[in-house]
Amino acid sequence: MSGSFEVLKPGALTTVQDLGRPGFAHLGIPRSGAADRGSLRLANRLVGNDEAAAALECTLIGPSLRLSSEAVIAVTGAPTAVRVNGEEMAINAAINVPAGATVEIGTAERALRSYLAVAGGVEVAAVMGSRSTDLLSGLGPMQLKAGDVVELGSPTGAAPPIGAAPVAPPAQEPLLQVTRGPRADWFDDEALGRLTSTLWEVSNDSNRSGVRLIGEQLNRVRRDELLSEGMAHGAIQVPPSGQPIILLADHPTTGGYPVIAVVCSNDLDAAGQLRPGQRLRFALS
Amino acid sequence: MSSGLSLRPAGDRAVLVELEDNDAVHRLAAALESRRGGELEEIVPGHQTLLLVWADQMPSQDAAAQMVDAAAGNDAELAAPPEVTLRVRYDGPDLEAVAAGCGISPEALATRHQACEYRAGFIGFSPGFAYLLGGDPTLQPPRLTEPRTRVPAGSLAIAGPYSAVYPRQSPGGWNLIGSCEASIFDPALGSPALLAAGTIVRFVSE
Repeated sequence: MSGSFEVLKPGALTTVQDLGRPGFAHLGIPRSGAADRGSLRLANRLVGNDEAAAALECTLIGPSLRLSSEAVIAVTGAPTAVRVNGEEMAINAAINVPAGATVEIGTAERALRSYLAVAGGVEVAAVMGSRSTDLLSGLGPMQLKAGDVVELGSPTGAAPPIGAAPVAPPAQEPLLQVTRGPRADWFDDEALGRLTSTLWEVSNDSNRSGVRLIGEQLNRVRRDELLSEGMAHGAIQVPPSGQPIILLADHPTTGGYPVIAVVCSNDLDAAGQLRPGQRLRFALS
Repeated sequence: MSSGLSLRPAGDRAVLVELEDNDAVHRLAAALESRRGGELEEIVPGHQTLLLVWADQMPSQDAAAQMVDAAAGNDAELAAPPEVTLRVRYDGPDLEAVAAGCGISPEALATRHQACEYRAGFIGFSPGFAYLLGGDPTLQPPRLTEPRTRVPAGSLAIAGPYSAVYPRQSPGGWNLIGSCEASIFDPALGSPALLAAGTIVRFVSE
């Protein structure tokens, strides 16, 4: 049986996310989707959904919701308190929730984004094949606000095959593997070395489009303007300030700042969990 | 033949192909289009580049280069690009200033601007925002020093070598010289972007 939930408190920034809308970058539409896709997939598996089902992406401070009917839920990603009718529950585990229960997601203890999946998936209207909220483009549903009532799909049937998943906690100081970028030669000889030797700090001015970093200056040797070119997810672009930006799920599809390096696919989820104030390093793979 | 195309690495799933000009970008994009979807997930035109993004594992740099060379060397006739004529009014808030900067009257600017045949070089900034190339070389004002926080949807704008019509309200730093009522981007349509990369574009005064 399908149901719905009502948003009691929206949290700091809670959006609907699935695995995004790939295949439209040539029209200026980023893939979007969960910033940490591995955690979204896990949350879906725990409740018996297809891995690509839509769930809620909570940012730092989670929402409070009331579920209309009995449901199976799971919370993954950034470790946070989860309470059902005030009772503390485990993350990375399936939770049976009675009809009418209040589910509260707390503040992320570390990392940034928690994922709340509900059996049956979040059933908002799809735009261009995806239910994801793309905050850069303004596509998909708006971020949740108090009073919203959001429909859920029908659970696909069988009880979830796994009850709980062992998950290593996110690193305090992640080390992200990168490869040399398409415009590494636009920088001076020290720049790549500086990128990998600096302990970078995540700026408050970060969002689903990009993680802005504070640290050493990466200096260009070429001063001419780069003609706009396609940008890959994970590209580390360097604006004139010399302070790099890692492009995330809602990144602009083209840009005119040179890309010094690109985060490896395996570390994109970790990049999507970087929290303002946190420190990180890069290693050239 | 195409040998000598430069491929720059762009991560473990993407490669950036450098081309001699924007026409070559569209030729290569068209030659590769039948491979898009599936493993080759995105083909993203830039001004003089084409970014190829694979869904999971990308082929080796050599195999990618071979694929690109084979596509670039394929001389098959390409379908004629779509053509779009946009009805516009030259009534933007920056029209007089841009005209003065070029040493001409606003009327002369409008005449020169619509005398050109443009091509959507690539899309970026926001969904369906086409960077139109082919404008009059005497009309290349720099971007505004203070970008606007709100540019109305349908604004006709120029900056440097580019013209564009803002698909929706957004911030923007280009010079607004006119307005256009056509719907530039509609996600509900099968072809959501009116000015997809490669499209020939003409402007006609209302």
